Amino acid sequence: MPIWNKEAECFPRDELKQIQLERLQSTLNRAYENVSFYRQLFDQQGILPEEIRSMADLSKLSFTNREDLRRAYPYGFFAVSLRQVIRIHATSGTTGEPIVVGYTRNDLRNWSELTARVLFAGGVTKDDVVQIAFGYGIFTGAFGYHYGAEKIGASVIPVSSGATERQIKILQDFRTTALVCTPSYAVEIAELVKEMKIDPNSLALRVGLFSGEPWSDDLRRQIERDLYISATDNYGLTEVIGPGVAFECEFKNGLHINEDHFLAEVIDPVTAEPLPPGKEGELVFTALTKEAFPIIRYRTGDISALLPEKCPCGRTFQRLRKVGGRTDDLVIIRGVRFFPSQIEGILMRIEEAEPHYQLIVHRPGLLEEVELWVEVSDKIFSDEIKRLEEVERKIRDEIQRTLGVELKVKLVEPRTINRNEGKIKRTGG
Amino acid sequence: MLRIRSVTTSYSNIRALNNVSLHISAGEIVTLIGSNGAGKTTMLNTISGLVCPREGEISFNDQNIAGLPPERIVEMGISQVPEGRQLFASLSVMDNLLLGAYPHLRKKKNTKSIQDSLHSVFNLFPVLAQRKRQLAGTLSGGEQQMLAIGRALMARPKLMLLDEPSMGLAPLLVTEIFRVIRKLREEGTTILLVEQNARSALRICNRAYVLETGRVVLEGSAEELLENQLVKHAYLGKEYREVWE
Repeated sequence: MPIWNKEAECFPRDELKQIQLERLQSTLNRAYENVSFYRQLFDQQGILPEEIRSMADLSKLSFTNREDLRRAYPYGFFAVSLRQVIRIHATSGTTGEPIVVGYTRNDLRNWSELTARVLFAGGVTKDDVVQIAFGYGIFTGAFGYHYGAEKIGASVIPVSSGATERQIKILQDFRTTALVCTPSYAVEIAELVKEMKIDPNSLALRVGLFSGEPWSDDLRRQIERDLYISATDNYGLTEVIGPGVAFECEFKNGLHINEDHFLAEVIDPVTAEPLPPGKEGELVFTALTKEAFPIIRYRTGDISALLPEKCPCGRTFQRLRKVGGRTDDLVIIRGVRFFPSQIEGILMRIEEAEPHYQLIVHRPGLLEEVELWVEVSDKIFSDEIKRLEEVERKIRDEIQRTLGVELKVKLVEPRTINRNEGKIKRTGG
Repeated sequence: MLRIRSVTTSYSNIRALNNVSLHISAGEIVTLIGSNGAGKTTMLNTISGLVCPREGEISFNDQNIAGLPPERIVEMGISQVPEGRQLFASLSVMDNLLLGAYPHLRKKKNTKSIQDSLHSVFNLFPVLAQRKRQLAGTLSGGEQQMLAIGRALMARPKLMLLDEPSMGLAPLLVTEIFRVIRKLREEGTTILLVEQNARSALRICNRAYVLETGRVVLEGSAEELLENQLVKHAYLGKEYREVWE
């Protein structure tokens, strides 16, 4: 039963609650003092940090949204001077202005501890060779796992993303035992392995930790079968810290939240009322130990539920149910996130396209596929096939360039798309 | 062992402690750091019962002690070594020590245990044995600090509250006192230490809380806090931040 930090991950619940209260109160004191957004939030409500005398009082505070963070671009949310910030990451910015986050030395130390817990629970030990196939760059994914894996003492290969044939060559030649990437990339790797007629048994690959987008248990089983590995899910988001917020243990029945560092709430997305354990709603997180970038009651838009039952693994951390859909229209595909409305901005730049479009989300296999249907004028539609293909390609390229994801594009006749439906249509098959 | 939840202590209208929570587990040394006026001594006085908290809970081994009289709290196993020692200057070293054992003095059959306590204190501080008939007020600063700690030990505390033990002592003595504190922990006494000498305190404690104007602004392991810039802000005061950044 691999538990990285037995003391912390198995704290008796009453001790855990005491630690959470202490850390919450000091975080609120620091945030009020140093972050103008939080001072205003408290002042507008006429509440002082000292009025949060118990965890229940937390629900007196209003929420923090993505827009609030975006408006503070770049450093408006930092609670310390830049000199103490020794790492800066950001979100991709595909959904608008990127959100910039910072870490002090202590924050980085905590972050590695958290991702070490995630990796260790997923089966990674110091004897493993870990291939990190998340993009190394300004995003938190790659670096988050990287330092956790190093902390464990594993041999870390910072391969980054893309170049799938090279990924497989490294898997084979470097004797990788643990793969860290998005679920859809794991599928791509599995497909290429099959295509290249490589026997998965010949690979040293033992475990996989996949995150960055929702994925089903069915997909997990498929990946496990195709690559002969044990695959676990884990959850995190840049605004809260990056990877390291919650993770599956060997029982693969919900994701344990690192509750000594994060408070999780589930709220009704419409009324914003806190919901009891077991009820599905929107995940809200409060970070308890972050110094550079405190985040309090952050609405993630992700839908899940708290599972309070004890897990046989021995951890006392509550679990959350595998994260499924969203409260909003955010599309997550291949780990990339964007809003349908951004498609509009892109289409405006292409004169042959009309700004009438629809995203069709369907599931031909176990992964979600997204197809973009775009209306074009009568004139173009009745043009040569070659011309239509050119326009399709132009749109595809522009989307790839702007959002970093490749979508299948289908041109349709004018007035085919219903103006009154939403921009996303989810179909069954 | 000790759990403090959302405690607020006021002197008239001044909130010396504002919604403070902390805990100490058996066998730990926990330090409170902060500049003058941060509320550190008030915290110790609130725990020992000298001051009553206006709000919040304090539990010691699962028993609620907030609002109990100080003598009850001493009986339950908490001893305080106050700031500035506060010895009975006109009494001998021996009498000061015996007075420290008063909860046990009331029950005659504890004479043996008082002898044992005296024995341990003299073992720990041989110089006190040499000077046992000397008047406390005539001892040197370092000897007085030892006597103050010895007196607190006579009550056989489970938890010792130490307020600025290094204050006014020469550096060599400071080292000696901290060595003694470490030894006490090894022998099973749990210690809550208040110190302005943050660096020395962080070197011997397990964990620390940083107080700033009555609020906890940071907490963590000694190791984390030793390197932490934010700690310097809290105990050197706000002006530090402006000068250096």
